[in-house]
Amino acid sequence: MTVRAPVRRVKGGIGESPVRADGVPKVDGTYLYSSDLSMEGMLWGATLRSPHPKARVTRLDAAPALAMTGVRAVLFNKDVPGSKTFGLEHADQPVLGSEEVDYWGQPVALVAADHPETARRAAEAIDVAYETSPPLTDPERAAAAGSVFRTQWVRRGPQQEQGRTAVEGYYEVGMQDQAPLGTESGLAIPDGQGGVDLHIATQWTHADHGQIVACLGVDDDMVRVHHAGVGGAFGAREDVSLQIHLCLLALRTGRPVKMVYSRQESFTGHVHRHPARMWYRHEADPDGTLRRVRARIIIDGGAFHSTSSAVIGNAVFHAVGPYRCDSVTVEGTAVRTNNPPCGAMRGFGAVQACFAHEAQMDKLADALGMDRVELRIRNALRTGDPLNTTGQILETPMPAAELLQRLRDMPEPPPAEEGDPRLLPGGTGLTTPPEKVRRGVGYAIGIKNLCFSEGFDDYAEARVIITPFGAEVRTAAAEVGQGLGEACAQIARTALGIQDTVVYFDDTSRIGSAGSSSASRQTQMTGGAVLEACRKVREEALRRGGGDRLDDDGVWRDGELVMSLADLCREGNLEHHTRFRHPPTEEPDENGQGNLHVDFALAAHRAVVDVDRELGLFRVAAVDTVQDVGYMINPESVTGQIEGGIMQGVGLAVLEEIVVEDGVIKNPTFTDYLLPTFLDAPAVGVEVVEEPGPVGPFGAKGVGEPPTVSSTAAVVAAIRDATGLDLNRAPVRPEHVALPAAAPAPDGGG
Amino acid sequence: MMVTAEINGRSRTWEVTGSESLLFSLREELGLWGSKGACEQGECGSCTILLDERPVCACLVMAADAHGSQVVTVEGLSEPGSLHPVQRALVEAGGVQCGFCTPGFVVAGAALFQENPAPDREEIREALSGNICRCTGYGAILRGLQTLAGEER
Repeated sequence: MTVRAPVRRVKGGIGESPVRADGVPKVDGTYLYSSDLSMEGMLWGATLRSPHPKARVTRLDAAPALAMTGVRAVLFNKDVPGSKTFGLEHADQPVLGSEEVDYWGQPVALVAADHPETARRAAEAIDVAYETSPPLTDPERAAAAGSVFRTQWVRRGPQQEQGRTAVEGYYEVGMQDQAPLGTESGLAIPDGQGGVDLHIATQWTHADHGQIVACLGVDDDMVRVHHAGVGGAFGAREDVSLQIHLCLLALRTGRPVKMVYSRQESFTGHVHRHPARMWYRHEADPDGTLRRVRARIIIDGGAFHSTSSAVIGNAVFHAVGPYRCDSVTVEGTAVRTNNPPCGAMRGFGAVQACFAHEAQMDKLADALGMDRVELRIRNALRTGDPLNTTGQILETPMPAAELLQRLRDMPEPPPAEEGDPRLLPGGTGLTTPPEKVRRGVGYAIGIKNLCFSEGFDDYAEARVIITPFGAEVRTAAAEVGQGLGEACAQIARTALGIQDTVVYFDDTSRIGSAGSSSASRQTQMTGGAVLEACRKVREEALRRGGGDRLDDDGVWRDGELVMSLADLCREGNLEHHTRFRHPPTEEPDENGQGNLHVDFALAAHRAVVDVDRELGLFRVAAVDTVQDVGYMINPESVTGQIEGGIMQGVGLAVLEEIVVEDGVIKNPTFTDYLLPTFLDAPAVGVEVVEEPGPVGPFGAKGVGEPPTVSSTAAVVAAIRDATGLDLNRAPVRPEHVALPAAAPAPDGGG
Repeated sequence: MMVTAEINGRSRTWEVTGSESLLFSLREELGLWGSKGACEQGECGSCTILLDERPVCACLVMAADAHGSQVVTVEGLSEPGSLHPVQRALVEAGGVQCGFCTPGFVVAGAALFQENPAPDREEIREALSGNICRCTGYGAILRGLQTLAGEER
């Protein structure tokens, strides 16, 4: 069923895929990213970082650095004039480590110098001494020791044994990096009056702003945070990295200061996807009806809080997946260790849980002798059901069964072409003989909350202005590449009837917060604000002009132009400024119950993987998907989010992991942290279900995260299917497949 | 030392102080911000340029070694106000999201189409396998370039 608001067709409006406004500047190289900013008299900043995951700082002397030619400032935590700590949700992280350092790579000192190389060498020249102590790196030991950011329980329904068939499993997900191609970078410009303008790539300027003014100890209006071009985000730019540092250096030196992290530094400069350990037990009736799910989830938050509390909440509340079940117990814990801090990454806790619950569903189907997809369909959540964990009645479209049915009916890719080595797992390395290839097929479905949850006051501001020349949309929302700018323009064109609509991304002094470009929320939230403001300003235009229709020419009545836009704006542009909120959500009670979420979206994936069992090589041949998208404001952008999100899920399944040993990242480069290339990209078939959701403009649901939630689980399921191995960890590495083949494990895993 | 090279059709001379890369010179000395630094190791292709007509990672070329050579960056592929066919293909197919990898794809793609005006699917994938895109999953980039290859046939 598809119901859409009746809308007048405006070129470039909703439902189309116009060439995005930032498209041409991005292909011709003129689009300016935060690393492309430059200014006369500019200095370069550099950061000294701890080489130890746990240590006391026993000596910190700037003199050797200050003695170098071209060095303009060296700053320590004692030089921070305001709050000494910052954090997105809890201000627990020192701006600079002073007495103690708690993770490898933690910033300890800052330098500003005339040349980036001078700044780097000066940072190395700072005289610093540490007294190390053993780091706490085992998350289970941390949990046992009470080193915990948050523990969240779900106890719903009867809490005892229920089903005749039970399966258990233990699962792990590794630490994934968002790896946006643009590293952290920015330019801070002092205004000469004690204030500063920061140009930065971020997901949320207002959250940055709040943390900056607190640490600078200045009034709100002394700092203005401006959007600079963002080279990808995926959660990595939700926390502050170098924002405060840049402002400190600019104010200290009185000169513009630029900073660009190296790739290695970037690996320590932002939070990562939480590694997870998960214990699950599922029980079902012989007909497949899911009767009881128990789970225990530990995620490692690393040294500082970041969004760990929200991530573990998400993992717990999405622990069962999109299935009906009325007897659920989940214990989730986010622990504090001396590992690299973890926080937001696309999927935000739901990814880890999905990897486990989907492996469990396959295991359960096998134990019951049922088809794996059939078991999922039999238990699929529907609109009107309570969510298995929180008990919240689901009012949003919940087409889980439809997604799975349609996915199953999509054509599977043909076998790898005989004789084309490029399509074999070993690729052009010619390592895999075709007869050694085993093909596996895996299914998975995931659920993801949309927008902020658990009682957070989630809002977005937007301003829409009719001018003599057309319309302007103004927002502080971050265009991180997802195409938000074009989506807002499309919404405004349709809602106003004015085709000549331009979106401006304002700094923090000009408009209130739009919230973060995260949680799949911006199309719904900022898009919602834009729609609301457009409707108001259009009403005013029609009232002023005494007409019944608005377009680029002006106001019309009964098919006749009665007032031009210029006349309409004679006494000033027409403007409406709005703050859009979604319906409020609740905090969970002690059993994790309540209406915690405002909306959900689903995606289902089917992966087809060719495996060379002997060498442990994989080729993900295809990932097909059906996704619950509400309504597609921009079909091309939706497809782009789906394909890109799947690729990140594929990366987590077979390639991507930050390897941490004793608190130290062993692979902080693109040589050693493997990202999927063109040759790793599967063929992707995309279908969508458009049933309008309750929150977003024209029924749109957020689409960014669902593709990443279940694609990892589907790919690993396909490798299990091809190998018969009980693979319980993502990413699957070649040795997990090849070594058991060479020497079957005693537990029969081979 | 002073280095002279032909950059986007113009002779440019600049001072090289030490071990800086050609990428650094292009960006910080010559103001050509189109080529991006993302890995500094030749892994991601974001800084792809044409050096004497061959696609290379500018982060792996010593600036001093560019002396006397011919360099084309993303800025030099088309006249202002017009687009190279590869640029047009990418933007029209939705092959651009954050866009940070795009200049590298544009230059590597231009080199591919220069050599092979109608590459097939696997040839496109192979030729661009040195360029990492974190946003698109490569699907729209492939569709755009396949469309372009189809026009060339």
